[in-house]
Amino acid sequence: MISAAIVFAYLAVVLYLGVFAFRKGRASGEDYFLASRSLASVIFLLALFGTNMTAFSILGASGLAYHRGIGVFGLMASASAFVIPLTFFFVGTRLWAFGKRFGHMTQVQFLRDRLECGHIGTVVFGLTAAMLVPYIVIGVMGGGHTLEAISGGAVPYWAGGGLVALVVMSYVFFGGMRGTAWVNTFQTVLFLCFGTAALVWIGRGVGGFEAVMERLASQPATAALLTRERISMAEFFSYMFIPLSSVMFPHVAIMCLTARRAEAFKLTVVCYPICILLLWLPSVFLGVVAADQFPGLRAGESDDVILRLLREHTGPVLAGVLGAAIMACVMAADSQILALGTMFTQDVFAYYGGRERFGERAQVWTGRAFVVGIALLAYLAALRLQDKEGIFELAVRFAFTGYAALAPVMVAAIYWRRATKWGALAATLWVAVAMAGLWWLHEWSAPLAPRPGQPPVPIFPALGGLFLRTPGGVTMFGFLPVMFLCAGSALLMWGVSLLTRPPSRQTVEKYFPNRAGTA
Amino acid sequence: MFLLHQDCWNWGRARPLIFGVLPPGLAYHALYAIGCAVVMALLVRFAWPRELELPGDDSRGEGGRGRGPDETGGRGETENRTG
Repeated sequence: MISAAIVFAYLAVVLYLGVFAFRKGRASGEDYFLASRSLASVIFLLALFGTNMTAFSILGASGLAYHRGIGVFGLMASASAFVIPLTFFFVGTRLWAFGKRFGHMTQVQFLRDRLECGHIGTVVFGLTAAMLVPYIVIGVMGGGHTLEAISGGAVPYWAGGGLVALVVMSYVFFGGMRGTAWVNTFQTVLFLCFGTAALVWIGRGVGGFEAVMERLASQPATAALLTRERISMAEFFSYMFIPLSSVMFPHVAIMCLTARRAEAFKLTVVCYPICILLLWLPSVFLGVVAADQFPGLRAGESDDVILRLLREHTGPVLAGVLGAAIMACVMAADSQILALGTMFTQDVFAYYGGRERFGERAQVWTGRAFVVGIALLAYLAALRLQDKEGIFELAVRFAFTGYAALAPVMVAAIYWRRATKWGALAATLWVAVAMAGLWWLHEWSAPLAPRPGQPPVPIFPALGGLFLRTPGGVTMFGFLPVMFLCAGSALLMWGVSLLTRPPSRQTVEKYFPNRAGTA
Repeated sequence: MFLLHQDCWNWGRARPLIFGVLPPGLAYHALYAIGCAVVMALLVRFAWPRELELPGDDSRGEGGRGRGPDETGGRGETENRTG
């Protein structure tokens, strides 16, 4: 119970930060939803990193490394270390500048204004919001599971999940973006510092990592974990497209709008790869170490290997502190709940006349009511579907693909003056249909799925290697579908835009003041 | 950088363990992440889009209110509902 008490203390600190931010805040919509666009460099970096890192980063990565080895770091972390800062540099800064100049609070507001569309923006809102919901449910589930594991079962899943949902809801409700940014900053510092501490203490506990790695390298069954033999080259190559999703995540894009100045992005662009290294290297490494300590875990059982290592090799106080650091990652649902609330109030409530009719104060309270509603629904879903966590994890994996495939729409809207709303609609519908098709194919081909280590199976033998079923999902010619979805989305955005009427000269001059007269 | 990420020469190598603990593939990608930070620093130093900072932006500061959604309704100026 000592560990659980420390985690409760952590939750209390988080709650205080949210309420403290509430006291500093104002009653305006821009303050509640965007912290008055006031975040300075360091807070902006830590809050943005905390927003983008979820339970998937620390628990999912270690669980995956347990089965597939050290290649998981190259697959997800170092690819992100290259692509995500580039998306902030090329997309995030522009989104921020347009947002500040023209008053946008969400991606959809920017797209509506830039592409001169209304209901097409609502379609984009629907797709991006639908892909965000599984994250929130997963966050609540992760909180329930983590508290249950840390307390040794004394805090049951339903109580842990409820507590996490209540705490997150409270500080998002009171503190809005200011509270969320402060909490994310605190959480990022916590899991970066104590993640390193966990590595040191677990290293002592297992008798030194040198001995563990020597054991793994010397046994044929585990030596592959120290190589990339369990990841195909095609998968490794195509995974580079996944981090394109980062700036299309509504919570990340909205966080980009909170910077005080464009200069605030500089520190983030430069330091983001180092933050990724500090978080993911211990996660992946400990996942591989766990294969030596707890052999034989199945896919669903391996997500808590870091918690198992903590319980086995540290005392209750340290396990509690480190458990709080893990909770910091798990509780990334805050910015996602706030993003959904912001999107609903700005893209639906305000756009369809709610603010004009009821005023800005009502808009803020609508956002707060939405936050309560979403947190409650997420908790109920987490309770009802406790044993079906895999569905949400799958949905999250699909969401990465979907958001990445929407990136060409955003890039075209920012950099190509000829981009049109019809191009955006075609690309968005393509992503929605392709995602639904992939989901169906994934479920339909589940009985064909080979075991780990076995070669992929053609789903339709007549089509050759077009659709292959691997243990993890569906690939196309061995590549992840995200590559083809991105290419299709870019082609449609380009082709349909050229075939349809360009935006008005007024809009082009507004967004491309120096290039309005050029092709 | 994209090509350097595809280090096929490390694919099947489990040894030598760097510092006695890191397999070569993991050590390489840890170094790659540091290299990314260096490349980003160069990008920020030599290719920063200075035009994004408008004159007068500094004065806004915390809680400042530039041309915010109050004035545009968060919809921009050319919005129509035909889409």
